[in-house]
Amino acid sequence: MKQLFPVPHVIGFVSSLLLSLIALVVVKFDLTFASGMTILGVTALVQAGLQLFLFMHVGENEDKRSLMTNIAYALFVGLVTIFGTLFAMLWGYNMI
Amino acid sequence: MKWDEFFVTGEPMIYAAMVSIVLVSVAIVGSLTYFKKWGYLWRNWLTTVDHKKIGVMYIIAALLMLFRGGVDALLMRAQTAVPENGLLDGQHYNEIFTTHGIIMILFMAMPFIIGLMNVVIPLQIGARDVAFPRLNAVSFWLFFFGAMLLNLSFVIGGSPDAGWSAYFPLASTEFSPTVGNNYYSLSLQIAGIGTLMTGINFLVTILKMRAPGMTLMKMPMFTWSILITSVIIIFAFPVLTVALALMMLDRQFGTQFFAMQNGGMDMLWANLFWVWGHPEVYIVILPAFGIYSEIISTFARKNLYGYKSMVVSMVAISLLSFLVWVHHFYTMGHGVMVNSVFSITTMAIAVPTGVKIFNWLFTLRKGKISFTSPMLYALAFIPIFTIGGVTGVMLAMASADYQYHNTMFLVAHFHYVLIPGTVFAVIAGYHYWFPKVFGFRLNEKLAKWAFWFIAISFNVTFFPLFILGLNGMTRRMYTYSASTGYGPLNMLSMVGAVGLTIGFLLLVYNIYWSTRYAKRDTTGDPWDGRSLEWSTPSPVPEYNFAKTPVVTKLDAFWFSKKENTSLTEGEYEPIHMPNNNGQPFIMGVAFFFFGFFMVFSWWIPAIIAGLVVLGAMAYRTFEKDHGHHIPVDEIERTEKALRGEQS
Repeated sequence: MKQLFPVPHVIGFVSSLLLSLIALVVVKFDLTFASGMTILGVTALVQAGLQLFLFMHVGENEDKRSLMTNIAYALFVGLVTIFGTLFAMLWGYNMI
Repeated sequence: MKWDEFFVTGEPMIYAAMVSIVLVSVAIVGSLTYFKKWGYLWRNWLTTVDHKKIGVMYIIAALLMLFRGGVDALLMRAQTAVPENGLLDGQHYNEIFTTHGIIMILFMAMPFIIGLMNVVIPLQIGARDVAFPRLNAVSFWLFFFGAMLLNLSFVIGGSPDAGWSAYFPLASTEFSPTVGNNYYSLSLQIAGIGTLMTGINFLVTILKMRAPGMTLMKMPMFTWSILITSVIIIFAFPVLTVALALMMLDRQFGTQFFAMQNGGMDMLWANLFWVWGHPEVYIVILPAFGIYSEIISTFARKNLYGYKSMVVSMVAISLLSFLVWVHHFYTMGHGVMVNSVFSITTMAIAVPTGVKIFNWLFTLRKGKISFTSPMLYALAFIPIFTIGGVTGVMLAMASADYQYHNTMFLVAHFHYVLIPGTVFAVIAGYHYWFPKVFGFRLNEKLAKWAFWFIAISFNVTFFPLFILGLNGMTRRMYTYSASTGYGPLNMLSMVGAVGLTIGFLLLVYNIYWSTRYAKRDTTGDPWDGRSLEWSTPSPVPEYNFAKTPVVTKLDAFWFSKKENTSLTEGEYEPIHMPNNNGQPFIMGVAFFFFGFFMVFSWWIPAIIAGLVVLGAMAYRTFEKDHGHHIPVDEIERTEKALRGEQS
């Protein structure tokens, strides 16, 4: 029975739901901008970790080099997209 | 909704299209029934998971879309050939340039490239199929039904009309009230999911399924280019997925992401679109670079010059391609800092691209060049693409771009990049690998006639647009007055477009002629090739390689021919192959209906079709399908039939 029941997946699924509920607090309660963003940021990071380790099994990969290359590339594209967008659409928009 | 809102009415050309669609459908269904080919079609094509057949279907679909997009182009050129022309009205012209762009990029260039990589990559790396054959079939059917959904729009509901880039606020329901842009968001979404899965599939295939001994630096250059392309697909397409989903929410569910009020930001669409859109340019151009590398080294009879620098420059391009997107909207009104940064990154891309151009030239240097039809396209590509590249650097200068922005100069530039870059490459690749798939070469004489028509007419069509652009003609204007003086050059461009049409018709006629009369190739290696795909017999058997080849260096097959050694050893063993399955096709159909109902906001049918999709996925999760084994005696028989006694 132990082999048939995917414990880590169920833990992952339940905690994903839980994290989404916590994020909902930001909408439902009247929080300051800073505390709202902190809650969203922290829950998003934990959520990303859950996805990577429990569902995508990054810990089980033996080829560390291609794993690291992949994560580095993903971080590069993600950060460039987010900060590039902020730079182009907000910060750099009002500069002369 | 009334019937005259559902069907597009009031246009004689559209009525003709409706009639022809009905007639062609009846003809196809009729002849399939008459010749009793339904079973054949289902067993051999619709349910196939064979990468070669999926590749062929991709290429057939791409050729059909080339003609659909080509007719759009001809209509545009005809409309603008003379001043004050009344052939098309403004709305119809808008729809035509929009669908021309979408179809040529997403439903012609992309599937043509994906088709070639499907056919070639497993053969080049010595594999028997891709890593996930069933997923590959799902990819194809999602692309196919996405493309069909978009094509349906011009008779039912109306085509998208806000340009292929669909900028907000123009693409919002306020300014584009028809369902056209709903078609845009949903059909691209469906096809895009298919492309994303292809990217994952080929990344895994290339990383995990190479023949023993083939290290990364011993891979053929085309395989390298597809590896890099897959990486770009995986990182760029999710941005499109998100942007299209936001567009759908804005248009159909009342959100305000790209609205001009309530905290929305209309230019954020342009931003997200080009975050995907610029890498997309490299997704269609890098495989082309790979194809040219293969063809140039094969027909110059030399190994590729600067292999390592080719790889390094492609990796550099893949990173830089994510750093330049803002150059598509310099004129939005950013500060100097933003435009300067993106100007510099854009010009930086010219460096690795230049490295590649010089590598090809050095490969040609002192080579024994044979001027075959694929080689002609490769040779024409180098100078024409360089014109496109140099005008690109001109456009990259932000301050000068205020002059060129959205003029015909820009239109000329991207056609000078995409046609020699992508279209010439896929046609060259198609001529080059055609004998591998079908067992005979296309007629060289007809192919060369087609080449000269296409290469010369291309320049006649698009060079005048540079001058028109500098004279101030903007893109997407459906007519102009005679006093502007744009008439003569537009007429010249129309002449070129007719020449291009003749070239492409010759290309297709060549398929018919060669199928009937061309000499069959018995060697499997008609071009005296260098990489592993030429070591298989043509047409390639289902399992590709009877014995897995062992590779010790780059161009292993070439050296095995020169040194008269064998790439394989040992006895035949039973080969494990995947089973055919109809589920990907059924899922594609379900996705098509889901998209169609969503376009018209018919929620209940859409939910039902969506449930069918989810049901298919759930079924697959619990399905046990371990494939089948081809026994040794069957392999022996097939190999004997294909290779004769000598093997």
